Amino acid sequence: MSDLNTAMIEKYRSSFLKEVEANVEEGEWVKMCMQCGVCSGSCPLGKHWDHPPQELFMMIRANKRDEVLGTDSMWMCTSCYNCIARCPRGLPITHIMHGLAVYSKRLGLVQKKQPTAEFSQIFWDNLMKKGRVNELKLGLSMYFKDGFGQGIKNAMANQKLGQNMMKAKRMNAMEFFGGHSVKDLSGFQKMVKKAQEIEEGNLKDAK
Amino acid sequence: MTEVIATNETILVVGGGISGMTAALEAAETGKQVVLVEKRPYVGGRVTQLYKYFPKLCFPTCGLEINQRRAKMNPNLNIVTMAEVTDIKGEAGDYTATVKISPRYVNENCTACGDCAKAVEAEFDDEFNYNIGKRKGAYLPHRMAHPQRYVLDPAIIGSDDAQKAKDACKVNAIDLDMQEETIEFKAGAVIWATGWKPYDANKIQPYGYDRIANVITSVEFERMADPNGPTGGKLQRPSDGKEIKSVAFIQCAGSRDKNHLLHCSRICCMASLKQATYPADEVDISIYYIDIRAIDRFEDFYQTVKAKENVSFIKSKVASIVENKENGNPTLHGVDTEGYNRYANEHDLVVLAVGMEPSVDKASFPVEIVINEEGFIEPAPENGGVFAAGCSSDALDVNRAVQHATGAALRAIQVVNRVAATEG
Repeated sequence: MSDLNTAMIEKYRSSFLKEVEANVEEGEWVKMCMQCGVCSGSCPLGKHWDHPPQELFMMIRANKRDEVLGTDSMWMCTSCYNCIARCPRGLPITHIMHGLAVYSKRLGLVQKKQPTAEFSQIFWDNLMKKGRVNELKLGLSMYFKDGFGQGIKNAMANQKLGQNMMKAKRMNAMEFFGGHSVKDLSGFQKMVKKAQEIEEGNLKDAK
Repeated sequence: MTEVIATNETILVVGGGISGMTAALEAAETGKQVVLVEKRPYVGGRVTQLYKYFPKLCFPTCGLEINQRRAKMNPNLNIVTMAEVTDIKGEAGDYTATVKISPRYVNENCTACGDCAKAVEAEFDDEFNYNIGKRKGAYLPHRMAHPQRYVLDPAIIGSDDAQKAKDACKVNAIDLDMQEETIEFKAGAVIWATGWKPYDANKIQPYGYDRIANVITSVEFERMADPNGPTGGKLQRPSDGKEIKSVAFIQCAGSRDKNHLLHCSRICCMASLKQATYPADEVDISIYYIDIRAIDRFEDFYQTVKAKENVSFIKSKVASIVENKENGNPTLHGVDTEGYNRYANEHDLVVLAVGMEPSVDKASFPVEIVINEEGFIEPAPENGGVFAAGCSSDALDVNRAVQHATGAALRAIQVVNRVAATEG
């Protein structure tokens, strides 16, 4: 267990709802849910969730901290916004799902090999290098995330796609060497660092 | 020319539904002069379109008959139908109202014999039955219409049909030269009772009211259940006329929803519970709800319906409806809240328990008025001598609308009494 996780358990011992309200993006909306279930029914990936959004909200209010932060349900969200469009109470459900995912990641509670979490990390690392996404390297990182052998298999399976993307100039082989960058890379990195400091600060205050 | 004799001690009632009628009658029966202006060709409003009342399951025609009799007997009450208030000027105790009266093309000679209806050929969607079925171009809006007088649809004026109607009339009641009139008269106080309209189900996109034949609204189902209605009381599917074996009610269709009506419409839970008693006991009934709001004495009715073996309750706001193209059945998709089970349930017919939208037009309201975010008139001193009655003020059932209208009548009487005191 991470130190931060231990500290948060200590601080919010009796109320996971309060913890969510204080630390999860848009978490203050959770108490507004009236359990109609239209979000769960409207989710195109709904059947792949262990706990649909409406159930997650109820679990938060029922103090089921381990179950909520330990599930990978919120990682199933593809940001289609169907739930937000239909929610009669106007809860920003998509944002809360991402907020919960981010929070469980911070606390080090994400399930191992959760594909969306893995992709998110690879995407983030890729983006941070140059301030621009390097599609070629992103693709390769995804192919090879489960080892060299699997990576070759993935690359072969998607060979045609890669070639077509190059033909259509959607991807450039030269990107392998360095790759394109934002104009002011050090400025970009400073900005991200500052934002991270602010976020860390907020969590420390919460401790 | 329509004549209305009115003074600053007259009470103007706008809207002749159950609330407007109640306010008008209560005030008139205390001896006040009352002018009741009604947009439709008859009084009684949406109550005339109900088959039964909840929770007693008695017939609205009964109370309607009493009210109509009270109206006929009272010399203080002047009812002007097919009329709309287009402007009100002045202040409490001294208003001048402008009223536009549409031509009925039928005068008071009419005996409601129906010969004109037999003579004409053109047919129109029957608005009394929420456009299920047709009515003639010369018609009595419904059996108990008051005044009991036929109406000519303005669309047939100038056609052969109009002449046929005139020729068929033995009592010289049809006047094809009748024109639209605008009249002005005084009033000391105004009771605003323009009521409600069913929320437009087409706006609830995922429920497919506009594209699935077997998804209907609660008001349409009500007409279907009425033996005097368009299907003679037979509960059948609009797509193929098949008798229904299973029916689903969807609660909060447009109510309690940020995307539609903000408020709880209050009547829909009880209306669906009532409508669940219409089909035979063999018909499977499923009620999809967020929570059942059957307050105080209605709880007993809820328990009675709940005990029926053919009625089941599913705690879930339905997410979407998809039509099964093979048999025309609407399929309901969602997740229930008691167990979080994902369902895809097929029914023969789906009834949307649509919400109550206030018929108060904020943009064109003739005088300064305080209207809340839900579109209802707030009781506020700024309203002067204008008092909301019934569903202009809030989503109310008939019982509460009548109580509210009686209160509004008393407010209006206080204003005209003050006028009487100063004018000596």
